[in-house]
Amino acid sequence: MSFSGKDVLSILDFTRNELERLFRIASSKFEGDELKGKVVALAFFEPSTRTRLSFETATLRLGGGYIGFDAVQGTSIAKGETFSDTIRMLDAYADVIVVRHSLEGAAKLAAELAEAPVINAGDGSKRHPTQAMIDLYTVWREKKVIDNLVYGILGDLRYGRASGSFLRVLNLYSPKKVYLIAPESLRPKEELLDTLKMPWEFADLEEVLPELDVLYVTRIQKERFPDPAEYERVKGSYRIDAALLKNAKEDMIILHPLPRVDEIALDVDSTPHARYFKQAAYGVPIRMALLREVIP
Amino acid sequence: MSEELVVRRISNGTVIDHIPAGRALKVLRILGITGEEGYMVSMVMNVYSKKLGKKDIVKVEGRELSSEEVNKIALVAPTATINIVRDYEVVEKRKVELPDKIEGIVRCVNPKCVTNAPREAVHPSFRVISRKPLKLVCEYCGEYLTEEEVIAQLAGT
Repeated sequence: MSFSGKDVLSILDFTRNELERLFRIASSKFEGDELKGKVVALAFFEPSTRTRLSFETATLRLGGGYIGFDAVQGTSIAKGETFSDTIRMLDAYADVIVVRHSLEGAAKLAAELAEAPVINAGDGSKRHPTQAMIDLYTVWREKKVIDNLVYGILGDLRYGRASGSFLRVLNLYSPKKVYLIAPESLRPKEELLDTLKMPWEFADLEEVLPELDVLYVTRIQKERFPDPAEYERVKGSYRIDAALLKNAKEDMIILHPLPRVDEIALDVDSTPHARYFKQAAYGVPIRMALLREVIP
Repeated sequence: MSEELVVRRISNGTVIDHIPAGRALKVLRILGITGEEGYMVSMVMNVYSKKLGKKDIVKVEGRELSSEEVNKIALVAPTATINIVRDYEVVEKRKVELPDKIEGIVRCVNPKCVTNAPREAVHPSFRVISRKPLKLVCEYCGEYLTEEEVIAQLAGT
């Protein structure tokens, strides 16, 4: 069950055992110089804060070095170099390639072209496997279990890649129930709904809130909307604040892949429900564990 | 047989029979036969068929189509039968079989799919997840491609 040299393209490439092995490594407070002499290529063709910085931190904490870019300006892509050629070049320089791209399937293409393992750091609107690992790890750490919980997934479930990846990874487990809470125009596509193996239904937040063990909130992503008028119409249609949470279970936890805009009010941050900053912090140990396991 | 009245027998080559009515041009398109290759090609559309009611037939003189080539037409003509003819005799008769993987015939409908990016080293590739009705899934972005979308693309619309 070694990950050495393995591409990380979709959360579906992993089994429950493999994920939990990763979680055990991540929680073991390991450090050291296991990446000494290794070069991590961070190919961010689309902007990112958390994902890129946590990959950088994970690399540095394990004694490795990194190269890369976080915008196509300043690279030869701006001169018209293709994604394929850029990946071939990075393959010659680095021991692993971390890819973020706006096109769907870009990470799979990179994996076909490169000999070095490729880690998908988010491509298009469907896949973001390392985020799903962090989200699941947060549940595992904070609730101690993943099975038999009631989950609410709130927000943009159509264009958001984090919620889609989280739903897919829950397929490896046995949630008691998953409520999908989204305006009609932001409900998941048939392609995703067809794959869900757990009991799920569309729901209204206020109605199901008292049942929830985990509330996963996502941002409405303006840049994913084909039509800006549609964005204006739905953006205010859900919002969590401290008053609303009075109806929640005491030990219900709130996750958010961040960045948040105004879907979670600031007064929620100081409630015991808020776990999203912890979740963001878990990005580093998870990515440390993944880099250590994947780099040959 | 009724088609004999319309199109004469071929001496050597391939007869594609039992094509759903109206789809013969799409079949030729998938096979990459434009007419410029120099083969004698004959085609009848909407002739009577006991099995289908109406059907199309394509005859290609002088060329034996391989199973691989022929299976591609299953996308638009799953009922088609292939007859290989030598010296006016049918020497081989087979049905088309839709392969599990379709490469390079149809495009992904998702504009944000990497296979639609210009100049990248990638070709569209689909897995067949349902045969009746036809449903494909893009191996790169996971988007579905339905039977209607496949037919619309192959009709060049």
